[in-house]
Amino acid sequence: MIDMTESIQPLLALLCPALGSILILIYGKRPNVREAWTLLASCFQFLIVLSMVPTILDGKRVACYLFSMFPGIDFGFHVDAFGLLFALTASSLWILVSIYSIGYMRALKEHAQTRFYFCFALAILGAVGVALSGNLVTMYIFYEILTVSTYPLVAHEQSSEALFAGRKYLAYLLTGGCFLLGAVVLTYSIAGTTNFRPGGIFTGTMASRSMFLILFVLFIIGFMKAAYMPFHSWLPTAMVAPTPVSALLHAVAVVKAGVFGVVRTVTYIYGVDLMQELSLGILLASFAGFTMIVASLFAIAEDNLKRRLAYSTISQLAYIVFGVALLSPAGITGAMLHIPFHGFMKITLFLCAGSILVASGKRNISEMAGIGRTMPITMLAFTVGALGMCGLPPACGFISKWFLGLGTVESNSLFFLTVLLISSLLDVIYFFPIVCIAFFGNPRGAKSNLNENRKIKEAPMSMVIPLAITALFSIIFSFPNPITNAVLDLVRLAITR
Amino acid sequence: MSSVVEHFPVLVVVVSLLSAITIFVAGWINRKTACYISIATLLGQFIASLFILHHVMTIGSIHYRLGGWVPPWGIEYVMDALNGYVLVVLLFLGLVCAIYSKRNIEHELPQKVVSFYTIYQLLITGLCGIIVTGDIFNMYVFIEITCLSAYALIASRGKIALKASFTYLVLGSIGACFFLLGIGFLYSVTGSLNIHDLSLLLPPLYGNRVVLAAFVFFIVGLSIKMAFFPLHTWLPDAHAFAPSEISAMLSGIIIEVSTYAFIRVAFSVFTVNFIKLLPVFEIISWVAAIAIVVGSILAITQSNLKRMLAYSSVANMGYIMLAVGLSTSATRYPWSGLTPASMHILNHALMKGCLFLVAGAFIYKGNLWEIKDFQGLGRKMPYTCAAFVIAAISMIGVPPSVGFASKLYIILASLEAKQFVFVGVLLLSSLLNLVYFWRVIETMYMKVEEGTEHIHTSRAPRDEIPLSMLIPVWILSSLCIVMGILWLTKIPIPILNRVNVLFGLVGGP
Repeated sequence: MIDMTESIQPLLALLCPALGSILILIYGKRPNVREAWTLLASCFQFLIVLSMVPTILDGKRVACYLFSMFPGIDFGFHVDAFGLLFALTASSLWILVSIYSIGYMRALKEHAQTRFYFCFALAILGAVGVALSGNLVTMYIFYEILTVSTYPLVAHEQSSEALFAGRKYLAYLLTGGCFLLGAVVLTYSIAGTTNFRPGGIFTGTMASRSMFLILFVLFIIGFMKAAYMPFHSWLPTAMVAPTPVSALLHAVAVVKAGVFGVVRTVTYIYGVDLMQELSLGILLASFAGFTMIVASLFAIAEDNLKRRLAYSTISQLAYIVFGVALLSPAGITGAMLHIPFHGFMKITLFLCAGSILVASGKRNISEMAGIGRTMPITMLAFTVGALGMCGLPPACGFISKWFLGLGTVESNSLFFLTVLLISSLLDVIYFFPIVCIAFFGNPRGAKSNLNENRKIKEAPMSMVIPLAITALFSIIFSFPNPITNAVLDLVRLAITR
Repeated sequence: MSSVVEHFPVLVVVVSLLSAITIFVAGWINRKTACYISIATLLGQFIASLFILHHVMTIGSIHYRLGGWVPPWGIEYVMDALNGYVLVVLLFLGLVCAIYSKRNIEHELPQKVVSFYTIYQLLITGLCGIIVTGDIFNMYVFIEITCLSAYALIASRGKIALKASFTYLVLGSIGACFFLLGIGFLYSVTGSLNIHDLSLLLPPLYGNRVVLAAFVFFIVGLSIKMAFFPLHTWLPDAHAFAPSEISAMLSGIIIEVSTYAFIRVAFSVFTVNFIKLLPVFEIISWVAAIAIVVGSILAITQSNLKRMLAYSSVANMGYIMLAVGLSTSATRYPWSGLTPASMHILNHALMKGCLFLVAGAFIYKGNLWEIKDFQGLGRKMPYTCAAFVIAAISMIGVPPSVGFASKLYIILASLEAKQFVFVGVLLLSSLLNLVYFWRVIETMYMKVEEGTEHIHTSRAPRDEIPLSMLIPVWILSSLCIVMGILWLTKIPIPILNRVNVLFGLVGGP
C-alpha cells in the first residue's frame, strides 16, 4: 500500500504561474515590474515543487483532490516520483529561460512582450499541470491548456510564415487532442476509472484485444506532441517562434508533455504486463526506432540551426518512447532519465542558437564558420550539449543512453540495439560538423566578412549565464553527486512502485 | 399556506406584458425611459425566476390555476425543474441583451427605440409564456406571440433584413401550423389540452394512428422552429441581419425554447414509455449528427461573421438534439437522461450570446461585417476581442470552458449508448469549430494590416465600445469559464437530475 500525504503543494505550484500570468497582464505597461513577476512566479514554483521532493523520496505520494467530476474521476493532483521529475525539469528550466528571454526579447526589441510572458506562464501552468495530474481527465485538461496557450507564442512574429506555423501547430495538436479525448473517455468506459496506477488500470479481461489495440492507437495519435514520425512536421515548422519559446516549449514543456503522456499511458494505464501480452511494445518500439533514424537523416540535411535542432528533438523524443516500449526496467529507467537530461541538454543547444542569433544575426550553420572564436562560452556550452546528444561522456546523455542500451539487451533484442547505435552514430554526424565549423572553420569570403566577424561579441550576460548553467548541469548530472542521486532515486521509485 | 412564490409564474408573464404597454405609453412621452423600463422589468423577472427555481428545488413543483379554474378545463401554469431552469437561462440572457442594447439600439435604430423595446418585451412575454404554461394550446399561442415579435425585430433594420424576416415568417408559420395540427389531432382523440391531463389520457391510445401522426406533426413543426437540420434554411439570414442583441437572443435562447417545447411535448405530453415504442429518438440523433457536421462545414464557408455564427447555431442545435436523442439510453449519473441537453441549452446561450454581442460590437464601432476586415481589431478593441477569444475557445471545447463540459457529457452519454460514431462526430465537430473560429481569431490578432510593414509601429489607438456594452459581453464570456468549472464540479447537476427523475428517465440520484 502506498502512503499518501494530503497536501496543497501541487495546487500552490500551479497557482504560481496562474497568479503570475494575471500580474504580468496587469503590469504590462511597466516592463521591469512585469519581468520581476515572471521571475518571482518561476522561482516560487520551483521552490514549491522542490519542497515535495523529500516526501516523495520517502516513498510517499502527495495527493490533492479538489472535487469529483464523474464517478471514479476526481479533479486533482497525485504526485508520484515520475510526475515530480517532469515537474522539476519544467519548473527549474522556466527560471533559466525567463532570465534568458528577458535578455533575448529586449536585445531584439520584440513586440507584444506582455502577450509573450503571459502565454509563457500559462504554458508552464499547462506543463506542470500535466506533470502533477492524478488521472487522465485532469491531465487532458492541462494538456489542452498547454496547446492553446502556446499558439500565440509560435505565431509571435505575426509574419505569414509564423501564422502558417501557428495554424499548422494548432491543427496538428488539437486534432491530436480530439483523439486523446476519445481515448480518455474510452478508457473511462472500459476501466471505470482513469487514475494513474503503477502496473496499469487495465486487465486483459476488460475488453477485447482489438479494442485495446484501437485504444492504444488513439492514445499514440493523441499524444501528437511527442512528434513521432508521421506526425512530426509541426515541430520544425514551429521553429519560427522566438528562441526562448523553441527552447522551453519545443524542447521541454510541449514535446515532453507528449512523451510524458506516452510513458504514463504505457506504464500507468496499460501496465507493462498487458503491453507485453498484447505485444504492443514491439509496435511502439518499431515506430520509435523508425523515427529515431529517419529524423536524424532529416537533421543531417538541414542547414538552419534551429530546424536541425528540431529534427534532433524529434529523434531524441523517440529515444524516450523507444525506451518505454522496450518494457524492461532498464529501458524505462533510460526513458525516464532522458526526460530531464534531454531537457537540460536540448535547452542548452537552443539557448546557444538564440544567443548566436542575437549576437550575430545568423541562423544557418554554413554561416557560422569561426564563430566559436568570437563566442567561446556559447560554443563551449553548445559542444557540451552536442556531446550529450550523441551520448558521449562527460555529458549526461551518456547515462540515459547507457540505460537504453541495457534495456535493449534485457529485452533480448539485438535488432533494437543496432537501431540505437546507428541512430547515435547519425547524431554524431549531424552535430559534430557544427562544432567543427564553429571552432576550426575559416570564415569564407572577403576581408569585410572577417571584420564583420570580429565585431561579433558574446550575447548579453542575461543570456550567456543561463546557457552556461544548463551546460554545467548537463555535466553535473553525469557524475555521482547528491543531485544526480536524487534524480536516480526518483526514477528508481517510479519504476519499483 | 401558500408562499407568494407560487404566484410568480403568472406574474412573470403578466408583468412583462404590462411592461410592453407601459414602454409604449411612456416612450411616447419620453423616449429615454423605454430602455430603463425594459431593463427594470427584466431584472424583476430574473429575480422572480430565481425564486421560482429555488422554490421548485426545495419545496416542489408549482401549479398555478389561472382564474381559479380547475385544470382540465382551465389553463394551468406548471413550474417544475426543467422549465424553472430554462426560465432562469432565458431571463438572464434577456437581461444581459437588454443592457447591451441600450447604446447599440440608440446607434443602430435611433428612430425606433420605443417600438424596439415594446416588441422586445413582447418577445420576452411570449418566451416566458411558452416556458411556464402547462396547457398545450396556450403554448401554441405563446409560440405565435414569440414568433410575431421576432419577425418584427428581425425586420427592424430594413432592406435585406426584410427578406430574411419574410422567409422566417413563411417557414415559421408553416411550423406553427404543424404544431397546431398536432394539437388538433390530440384534442380530437382525447378531448383535453392540459399537458398533465393528456399524459394520463394518452397511454391507452399509444398505438393509435392519430396519436402517432400528432407526434410527427409536433416533431416537424418544432424542428422548423428550432432550425433543426434540414429545416434550418431560414435561420442564417434571419440571425445574420437582425440587430445583434436580437441575434444573440435568437441563437442563444429562442431556438432553445423551441427545443424546450419539444422536450416538454415528448416527455410530458407523451412519455418515455411512448418514445421507447418508436425508433424516433434514434432517428433524431442520427439527423442531429448530420446537422452537427453540415452546420459546421457550412459555417466554414461563410465570410460574414454573423452568418458564420448562425450556421454554428445550426450545428449547436444538433448538439442539443443529439443529447435529447440519447436521453433515453443514457442512465448513469451524472450524464444521465436530459442532463447533457439541458446543460448545453445554458452553455450555448452563454457562448453564442457572447459571440453575437461581440459581432454587434464590431458593427457598432466600424460597421465591420466581413471577417477579413477584422485586421488589427485585437489592438483596437482588446477587451472585446479577448471576450470573443474566450467564447470561441469554449465553442471549440477547450477545457475548462462550458463547451468542454457539454462535449464531455454528450460523449460520455453516447459511449454509454454504445454509439461510437457520435463520439467521432463530436470530436470532428470540435475540429471544424476550430477551423472557423480560429480564422477569426487569427485575423483579429495576428494578421498585419496591409501597408504597415512593421508591427512595432502600427499602434492603432484604442477604440473600445462603451462600458454598458462591454460589461454584458464580459459577463457572458467570464461565465463561459466559470460555468465550465461549475459543471465539472457537478454543483448544478442536481437541478438537471431532478428533470430526469420527473420524466422517469432515471430512478433517482
